[in-house]
Amino acid sequence: MDTATSRERRLEYERRQRRRSTIIATASTVVVMAAVLVFVPMTPGWDKVRRSFFDREILIDTFPSLLKAFWLDVRIFLIAVPCISIIALGLALARNSRHPALFPLRATVAIYTDVFRGVPVILTIYLIGFGVPGLGLSRTWGQPIIWGTVALILAYSAYVSEVFRAGIESVHESQRAAARSLGMSSAQTMRIVVLPQAIRRVVPPLMNDFISLQKDVALVSLIGPVEILRRAGIEKSAAANFTPYVGAAIIFLAVTIPLTRTADHLMARQRRRTTGTAVA
Amino acid sequence: MNGTRLRLSNVEKSFGDRQVLSGIDLSVAPGEVICLIGASGSGKSTLLRCCNLLEPIDSGAIVLDGIDISAPGLDPDPHRRRIGMVFQSFNLFPHLSVLDNVAVGPRHVLGRPRTDARQRAIELLTRLGLDGHCDAFPDQLSGGQQQRVAIARSLAVDPDVLLLDEITSALDPELVGEVLDVVRTLKTSGMTMVMATHEMGFAREIADIVCFLHEGRILESGPPDVIFEQPTHDRTRAFLRRVLDAGRM
Repeated sequence: MDTATSRERRLEYERRQRRRSTIIATASTVVVMAAVLVFVPMTPGWDKVRRSFFDREILIDTFPSLLKAFWLDVRIFLIAVPCISIIALGLALARNSRHPALFPLRATVAIYTDVFRGVPVILTIYLIGFGVPGLGLSRTWGQPIIWGTVALILAYSAYVSEVFRAGIESVHESQRAAARSLGMSSAQTMRIVVLPQAIRRVVPPLMNDFISLQKDVALVSLIGPVEILRRAGIEKSAAANFTPYVGAAIIFLAVTIPLTRTADHLMARQRRRTTGTAVA
Repeated sequence: MNGTRLRLSNVEKSFGDRQVLSGIDLSVAPGEVICLIGASGSGKSTLLRCCNLLEPIDSGAIVLDGIDISAPGLDPDPHRRRIGMVFQSFNLFPHLSVLDNVAVGPRHVLGRPRTDARQRAIELLTRLGLDGHCDAFPDQLSGGQQQRVAIARSLAVDPDVLLLDEITSALDPELVGEVLDVVRTLKTSGMTMVMATHEMGFAREIADIVCFLHEGRILESGPPDVIFEQPTHDRTRAFLRRVLDAGRM
């Protein structure tokens, strides 16, 4: 058979396959959506749920105050991220040091990461947020919001330092050998050769941690500060309606979905780079 | 030959229970080229890694221009700079451009100003015919080009001795030539080199001394004509026959 026809036939076959997948995907989406839209409203409690969770007017009324309260979450997040990055990198480097004199440092860091990774974030916030102001600090330094933020920073530094450590360990030993053979010191090798590669590799998992952080900022409300979750609670009591919680969820999603998509995109790109091609 | 550049005396090295190098004595005069031949696992690579202090030795001494650089407690970094190494799998820094791969040594190890370091890198890359690839990244180059960049990188810190660890083993056959040409040029310019290689024809052509390693010992060493034509040891003869049968000579 001549090659032109065989190529034609192959292309035709692939077109058919693609069309078929699109049709199946569309059909299954329509069926699921229809089921949700038809069957959920048929449940006996739906009317009550709709009124107490999806009240249009209450949503519009409370949305501005929720948005304003969310600004506090954003500020806590923006302060926490650079602090966490610096502390976590320091912890990872300390854990990676090989000098025998630094054993106490390595041990301390290991205990630190074990403790803070092992305790639920919310408990850390309670313990530090209520405990430290109890020391009788001045009015400015006794505010729970400061210590709630510190608690978040301490807990997340432990998580993020493990990400950095994995990144550092993923750089192949031969890279170190090449750097050392040029006469670089071990500090130079780390700074010039290992860290730049390690950080590039951990950006996507790092973003995932920071997305979790963005959500966990709301936990700070449990020790007092009026950020979005607490504001939503206040509005809920005032309106005797749960709609403000849905409003808060919408605001969180507006921030986290773009971040999650970006992280996924970065991760997919990295996979393509490191493994070459994907298997169909 | 005037004096000794690099001398190994009675070097021993083991990984756990396994003795990888035993009683290694080797003397390299300035400008001399030593080829290490022997089967895989005979200790060639370990010997080179020990010379460069990438592996600590168990006993013996590695003496560079009269200084025992393997002495316990000695800071090895300044001495390592004087012994360059080229690896089988290139080990270029993937996050740096070709130019920066070569300039990183002069900049950070020799402490030259940035412009000087780049100038030096451009000179070297031009000498090795790579001046068109300065801005490329290592993974955009062919294996032969990458290996030449790696050679330029190790030359950039002005080493006195160059160690070459099977530098053509990871290359497609048609790319071996361009890398070997660089080694020929280096020999002409008087570079002292110790190379582990499976390229017997090339070893024969370029070596002043060929050492045959077997199970961590130098069983036999001498000028290439002697080693390849009249080896005295049975194991050397057997090794050379196997290589010959495989069509590698």
